[in-house]
Amino acid sequence: MNTLVMTVGVLAAALAAVQPASAQTTLDAVRSKGYVQCGVNTGLAGFSQPDSKGMWRGIDVDLCRAVSAAVFGDAAKVRYTPLTAQQRFTALQSGEVDVLARNTTWTITRDTSLGLNFVGVNYYDGQGFMVPKKLNVKSAKQLNGATVCVQPGTTTELNLADYFRANRMTFKPVVIEKLEEVLNAYFAGRCDVYTTDVSGLVAVRASRAPNPADHVILPEVISKEPLGPVVRHGDDRWFDVVKWSLFAMLEAEELGLGAKTIDQHLNSTNPSIQRFTGATGDIGKALGLDNRWAYSIVKQVGNYGESFERNLVPLGFERGLNRLWTQGGLMYAPPIR
Amino acid sequence: MKLSFGDPRFRALVYQAAAIGAALFVAWYLVSNTLANLEARRIASGFAFLGREAGFEIGETSSIAYSAADSYLRALAVGLANTFRVALIGIVAATVLGTVIGLTRLSRNWLVAKLAAAYVEFIRNVPLLVQLFFWYVLITENLPPPRAALEPLPGVYLTNRGVYLPVPAAHPAYLWMLVTFVAGIVSAMLFARWAARRQALTGRRPPMLEIALALVIVPPALVFLAAGAPTAIDVPRLSGFNFTGGMTFTPEFAALTGGLVIYTAAFIAEIVRAGILAIHYGQFEAAHALGLRRSLTMRLVVLPQALRVIVPPMTSQYLNLTKNSSLAVAIGYPDLVSIANTAMNQTGQAVEGIIIIMAVYLSISLSISAFMNWYNARIALQR
Repeated sequence: MNTLVMTVGVLAAALAAVQPASAQTTLDAVRSKGYVQCGVNTGLAGFSQPDSKGMWRGIDVDLCRAVSAAVFGDAAKVRYTPLTAQQRFTALQSGEVDVLARNTTWTITRDTSLGLNFVGVNYYDGQGFMVPKKLNVKSAKQLNGATVCVQPGTTTELNLADYFRANRMTFKPVVIEKLEEVLNAYFAGRCDVYTTDVSGLVAVRASRAPNPADHVILPEVISKEPLGPVVRHGDDRWFDVVKWSLFAMLEAEELGLGAKTIDQHLNSTNPSIQRFTGATGDIGKALGLDNRWAYSIVKQVGNYGESFERNLVPLGFERGLNRLWTQGGLMYAPPIR
Repeated sequence: MKLSFGDPRFRALVYQAAAIGAALFVAWYLVSNTLANLEARRIASGFAFLGREAGFEIGETSSIAYSAADSYLRALAVGLANTFRVALIGIVAATVLGTVIGLTRLSRNWLVAKLAAAYVEFIRNVPLLVQLFFWYVLITENLPPPRAALEPLPGVYLTNRGVYLPVPAAHPAYLWMLVTFVAGIVSAMLFARWAARRQALTGRRPPMLEIALALVIVPPALVFLAAGAPTAIDVPRLSGFNFTGGMTFTPEFAALTGGLVIYTAAFIAEIVRAGILAIHYGQFEAAHALGLRRSLTMRLVVLPQALRVIVPPMTSQYLNLTKNSSLAVAIGYPDLVSIANTAMNQTGQAVEGIIIIMAVYLSISLSISAFMNWYNARIALQR
């Protein structure tokens, strides 16, 4: 009889111990495991792609490194999870990654019913079309009846259908999940058109096309695609950390602080720079971080302009909309004060 | 029964209750934890999204009309229809090909038998996904683009966008021809029953083949002539980027179906071979001694017995083929899983999407099993 009582007791104890997901914040969890788990693209040149030594490079990767620098004072404490367009949101929702920096378009559906929060925009993009030059197509309006290669689970897929509907044209989609496979299909001639964000077209043409000169990007940009990092709903502290890591990179460019030059400004008398480097004030504490969080970001990762120069300019990207607001672009960080 | 652990019956009862309790507890924990987490992160849940506009296009909509303005439910139905299309064609073709190869492997011709053996060993030892990629790349990389299409027969075009075949242009007479054709098959089957009974009673066998053929062929032919022999043909034509008209098999469909058939046929071949080898040689000799021809021996003596060995493992091959069709995702064929994945991603409702996929595959698999069990019971040895 004793055994029976014990069995029941164990069961009851187990029942009492059941609680829904832990209330630990992401920042604490990241600190205790010692690294930031960052969801990135499986391989999009300029945004996130491993280089010849296996080091991840790109502006999305730089965002991950900035978060790591802000939290640990060391930009190298990042582990990367390459994700396809379809896997990305589930990976973030389920807690497999702490932050998703994977050229992801900010839309209201994703911000609300997917249980996500977009922290801002690290690249202003728009959707375009790429076609082989030999088809002699000059405008997207001439694409009636074309076969179009596209990745599933993207805003691209929806904009594409909208655009053809609005212009009373038809098309045949070829929908393949993996970027490598969908590009193979396009370059093999399975499709007439490959569509994604213009940044993706430029990167793919420069890095994957057998001969980049054989492909043209059509002039039409059919959508707004503000790409930005994403975190889960319901953890405001972590949301703040990632958001201000991005803004710190923008603010640094505006203040003229770069990876090489920031040390020369440590004794600056400019109050904005003093606050930024942590010489005065306690902004870092308010974020739950070290007071030199922004200094670490700039020192180890660089400012937004440097990241852009390093990753995107070599592929032939124009700064365009992604210039600072002071230079006629859209990049604008709220004041760090 | 005593309320003590000393009593084995009471002990068994307690253990069983504990096992059921533990299972229910785990299920309850998983469900409540999921719901709590969805709630905490304000992720939308429920199946209301099925009625919303899907907004994406689907490449193959041959069986159900669909446009981006239709609902998610309809998009999923298109995916399901595409899955069925591959599974049905795949099961029939794999059975035929597998049986042929299985019989070939038993052939007395050394070369032919060894070729069949090589086929089986090679195909079933290479992973299916690799084979699918192989066929897909073979088609898309090696066939020419539409503007330089190959035309092996007049009106038949081979391109890296697919195979285009001319088909008779739609005409109301074709529906009636189909109806009379089916009616012909049914009456031929009834006739066969009657003939068998008659043979059992009188020992005389009515001329089976001629009458059955007449029943199946003559009525549709009469309908065809009565409708004025419509011979208009819908020939595929190059217009703009692609061919239009006629019938199309896309590279995705061809690679997936072809790959599944070739792969599954290797397993079916072995099952068929095993089934026939399981019949004792004495059965052949006995049939021979009764004066039955080789073909009759096979049909009346060997196959009925071999089928009892063949059918149960065949069921699992059919289930495998159907489930393997979900590898379509890798080469871009819009099957149920592919569409459900897209829907999950656009709506963010992964839990619901997975539930739909699981429920559909479970129903398909159970239906195939039920049918095969019924068939197995029918051909089982009647005692």
